[in-house]
Amino acid sequence: MSNETSTLETLTSQEYKYGFVTEIEEETVPKGLNEDIIRLISSKKKEPDFLLEWRLKAYRHWLTMKEPKWANVHYPPIDYQDIIYYAAPKRKPKWNSLEEVDPELLRTFERLGIPLEEQKRLSGVAVDAVFDSVSVATTYKEKLAELGIIFCSFSEAVQNYPDLVQRYLGSVVPYTDNFFAALNSAVFSDGSFCYIPKGVRCPMELSTYFRINASETGQFERTLIIAEEGAYVSYLEGCTAPMRDENQLHAAVVELIAHKNAEIKYSTVQNWYPGDKDGKGGIYNFVTKRGLCLGDNSKISWTQVETGSAITWKYPSVILKGDNSVGEFYSVALTNNYQQADTGTKMIHIGKNTRSTVISKGISAGHGNNTYRGLIKITKSASGARNYSQCDSLLIGDKCGAHTFPYIEVRNNSARLEHEATTSKIGEDQLFYCNQRGLSTEDAVNLIVNGYCKEVFHHLPMEFAVEAQKLLAVSLEGSVG
Amino acid sequence: MLKIRDLRVAVEDKEILKGINLEVNAGEVHAIMGPNGSGKSTLAQVLAGRETYQVTSGEVLYEGKDLLKMPPEERAREGIFLAFQYPIEIPGISNSYFLKAALNAIRKHKGLEELDAMEFLTLAKQKLKIVEMDPSFLNRPVNEGFSGGEKKRNEIFQMAILEPKLAILDETDSGLDIDALKIVANGINKLRSKDNAIILVTHYQRLLNYVIPDYVHVLFDGRIIKSGGKELALELEEKGYDWIKEEVETVRS
Repeated sequence: MSNETSTLETLTSQEYKYGFVTEIEEETVPKGLNEDIIRLISSKKKEPDFLLEWRLKAYRHWLTMKEPKWANVHYPPIDYQDIIYYAAPKRKPKWNSLEEVDPELLRTFERLGIPLEEQKRLSGVAVDAVFDSVSVATTYKEKLAELGIIFCSFSEAVQNYPDLVQRYLGSVVPYTDNFFAALNSAVFSDGSFCYIPKGVRCPMELSTYFRINASETGQFERTLIIAEEGAYVSYLEGCTAPMRDENQLHAAVVELIAHKNAEIKYSTVQNWYPGDKDGKGGIYNFVTKRGLCLGDNSKISWTQVETGSAITWKYPSVILKGDNSVGEFYSVALTNNYQQADTGTKMIHIGKNTRSTVISKGISAGHGNNTYRGLIKITKSASGARNYSQCDSLLIGDKCGAHTFPYIEVRNNSARLEHEATTSKIGEDQLFYCNQRGLSTEDAVNLIVNGYCKEVFHHLPMEFAVEAQKLLAVSLEGSVG
Repeated sequence: MLKIRDLRVAVEDKEILKGINLEVNAGEVHAIMGPNGSGKSTLAQVLAGRETYQVTSGEVLYEGKDLLKMPPEERAREGIFLAFQYPIEIPGISNSYFLKAALNAIRKHKGLEELDAMEFLTLAKQKLKIVEMDPSFLNRPVNEGFSGGEKKRNEIFQMAILEPKLAILDETDSGLDIDALKIVANGINKLRSKDNAIILVTHYQRLLNYVIPDYVHVLFDGRIIKSGGKELALELEEKGYDWIKEEVETVRS
């Protein structure tokens, strides 16, 4: 028994292993938000006029908006003048050579398990590493360029491919979309840009790793992925942040565009700092993610494993405009301790014979509160549209909560929709049964949770699926007495 | 192997076991019989380590160790197996994944090397024959959508894989038709050996036609009121429990 207890203690003490801070000199802009700050950010990034104009329009629009209050999450008011909107490591990162990147930064990503030196790279994964407000390195760029694939930081895309940026930026998530998208449009600092030309199947996983380091800053990145006709890309996103007592804001926007016959697979393993056991600190993760199936037969699928953040507000969606296009959403969202998540998806069916699948698995433990919120909208033109939704909730303990808000709007009577929802609880009986077969309670919980999430993990790329399983295990530690 | 001395157990202040004494040695099969509510299942669950029951006094020694101090997983790893009266469903986890994890936890505890997926599959296929089940059974989620008979056979299959020293079978015969009963009994007999012990908890004599016990104990109102050989079970079948109750009451008065 003592053996068991000591393993448990070791496990719980390593709860959030990414909580360290990198000692690096950073250049920041003054706290607060006004037109001058936006001009300052834009000039630091040497942006073309169209972008500054767009930022300012977004800012002016944002001023007219109110923070949304409909989500099932609770937090004290955010003072938007008390946030630093831009922070970057002082030694200016150079785009093409890793040698010029501050070694302290390379070590940071090394500690996070993201080696940036290509010889030590993750096999078959190209990485864009974003540290606070800037991208510090992108691996495999040359190799991808041979196929005509553009994979670089957003800032670099603005410099080198302004036409593409101008054409697609805001085309899926306009700055008028919502409060946080407007804020992001005004102040976004960096992010990833990815363009797959016609007929090209991207031979490796592309990934962005986001790291918040500086204190009192917000992170506002933007990701734009364009798949031309017949192209295919699988894209991964990971995130961590130091442990701090204050709450930090992360408001990102991701836009995906799939042309005719193209497919984009977007996977997220979100592990921002969730706050401590008493709910102190942690990231506010207010994110807008949306994909547009523009062409016929195109496909976009979102897979997310959300284990971090104090609060998650996120609805990766698909607009199914092209005929026969397909949208998918697979999600595992876990809330432990005092974490809150209000997450789900929107599937907007416009084209004929469009299909969507939604599989959502919520897990609540501790005092965690987990909400699924999803909209299935079938417009008049979407003849023959089909949707299958399944929302499951799993409760661990009796202080947590699970809520489901499915919204369904159908304007075409040839549509077929199915919705299934279940709520279950890890029971004493199940745990005792596992114990009686020799499994410890922690192992039993992991076993049951992994069984529950299998349908979603199945859609993650191999190495991420393994990571996700481990992450769930770590996030659940201490959730059973 | 197992020594139970004056074991008293309560649930929410209601005493259920009122002083159980029992000794089980390696190689023996003990049947514990008794009417509903006599405390049979409670005894089985307490031995397996269920925490809903409070042990108020007495002791249980298992291979010389204080069993009541061990958490349930430790007992399992030390060789105690409980075949559940109502096996629990674990959706999403295949039988083979679950059993492999269980077997490896036990092997690790014994200092043995863990089996990989292939080695486990070979072993599992062999053991499936004992309960006459199809290999497709391995890929189904633990007990989910199983018929009553399949669940019981699954318990015996798990026992065959985990090879416990002391198996406690809690009404494994209930709800089985005669063919399934024979398969289950056959499975139990195959696992019987001079190194193992088995405690059969049952209502009926029926199972004992196929699994011949060395000892039969009658549990009534939280106490073992009569012990004997296999003939006792036949006598009970013939006369019911009332005559023993009367006998005991006469002795008491």
